[in-house]
Amino acid sequence: MELDKKNNGVSASTTKTQPLWLLAEITYQCPLQCAFCYNPTDFDKHTQNELDTDSWIKVLRQARDLGAAQLGISGGEPLLRKDIEEIVTEASSLGYYSNLITSGAGMNEKRIDALKDGGLDHIQLSMHDITEEINNFITNTKTFKLKQKVAAMIKDRGYPMVLNVVMHRYNIDHIQEILEMAEGLGADYIELANTQYYGWSLVNRDQLMPKKEQVENALKVTNEFRERVGNKMKIFFVVPDYFDDRPKKCMNGWGEVFMIVTANGDVLPCHSARVIPNLEFPNVKDSGLKSAWYDSPAFNKFRGDDWMQEPCRSCSEKENDLGGCRCQALLLTGNAEGADPVCSKSPDRHIIDQAIKDSQNPGVEAKPIMFRTNANSKKIDNGDEKERLKKFHATP
Amino acid sequence: MTIDTKNIYKIAAHHRFQWEKAQDCYVILFPEGMVKLNGSAGEVLNLVNGEADVESITEILSKKFSDVPNIAKDIEGMIELALEKTWIEKVN
Repeated sequence: MELDKKNNGVSASTTKTQPLWLLAEITYQCPLQCAFCYNPTDFDKHTQNELDTDSWIKVLRQARDLGAAQLGISGGEPLLRKDIEEIVTEASSLGYYSNLITSGAGMNEKRIDALKDGGLDHIQLSMHDITEEINNFITNTKTFKLKQKVAAMIKDRGYPMVLNVVMHRYNIDHIQEILEMAEGLGADYIELANTQYYGWSLVNRDQLMPKKEQVENALKVTNEFRERVGNKMKIFFVVPDYFDDRPKKCMNGWGEVFMIVTANGDVLPCHSARVIPNLEFPNVKDSGLKSAWYDSPAFNKFRGDDWMQEPCRSCSEKENDLGGCRCQALLLTGNAEGADPVCSKSPDRHIIDQAIKDSQNPGVEAKPIMFRTNANSKKIDNGDEKERLKKFHATP
Repeated sequence: MTIDTKNIYKIAAHHRFQWEKAQDCYVILFPEGMVKLNGSAGEVLNLVNGEADVESITEILSKKFSDVPNIAKDIEGMIELALEKTWIEKVN
């Protein structure tokens, strides 16, 4: 008997890949209109053809058979669906560790009790700021008090308190106060997610991106806070890749551990994969998850590193990040097979540097934010925002 | 950190320990995380149930793996690691 302490008692998988995490993006409808939402800008067209309850139950069973154990129920706002309780109950009986990812809109005493009875393991609540003003501004809704109320409900029912705060230039300087608020609410986990630029956040990138010094200060404050609270509150700080010189290992590799099923049944290896042209993604209405994961051309397209071009192909660091994010490469450079332009070895790094510069242009705040609304989604899908989106190689 | 062999531990609140058929291993699940445990780590945590103390866990595993020298030390190492990772918590 050998205990592998080096590797935290964890043995790496040496066999074929298996989906371990299933993210069910169960609806694209949402009462909030967050400027940084990563949902696709054309979400409106997927709000008419959502999967029904039976289809979701079939998805849960198939993914569980393939090995998925972590389940995120997300959206949009999942609580807009009336069948979340039924879906959670099924997930629990299948042995998933289930997580409801919510803005809090649609939660009430009756529903939280039903979810608890159904076996939901935790609720991840999004928070935006310590001030009502910024919360209401960035979500374009009056939801500040609602979030405080739902946080109290989560604590009262004995759930782990898991908070997610998307960080951007409007709240990043409040990080100390945000962490204190989380501590006051009794948070067990808090994720400080610096905005990644996909979907609506890419559309609003110039208005959302903080300065490098703000990010560095936020990281310093976070580290000091972490030192003080120790294990009592676990703090994840998602580093913003634009300010780094190496890309993130996106989704831990394409088709390695994550599987996403969208509101309309598309099966994706990451949230924004549909931006990549000439890739046809499987849909659960036509295909089972097993063939989607193992056999579909889309899931196999960027597995491993055979697809890589230079400078990635011969790079000694390629296993660290697998060339970064395919969607980011496509959106910003037009080449999904190229290096993520975040990498300083990429010939396209200047695109990122320019984006950082553009966001610091003092005139930028005068340009209005496009909030995530059905009307704006229709506009973008109709091609009415070409001027704004012309620097991107696909509609995000 | 030294582990008193009379200590009793259980899987920590908000964590779940379970056998995964598809992975052919035990896992620990918790908010935003999943850790696949190798065979020996799984064997130890499978006996961490809020009732058995470290001494009796060692006794059971010593019998089961009689060919492994110094197993008590390995078990204590695993308990230490699991405590540090907050996968388990002390009961008594």
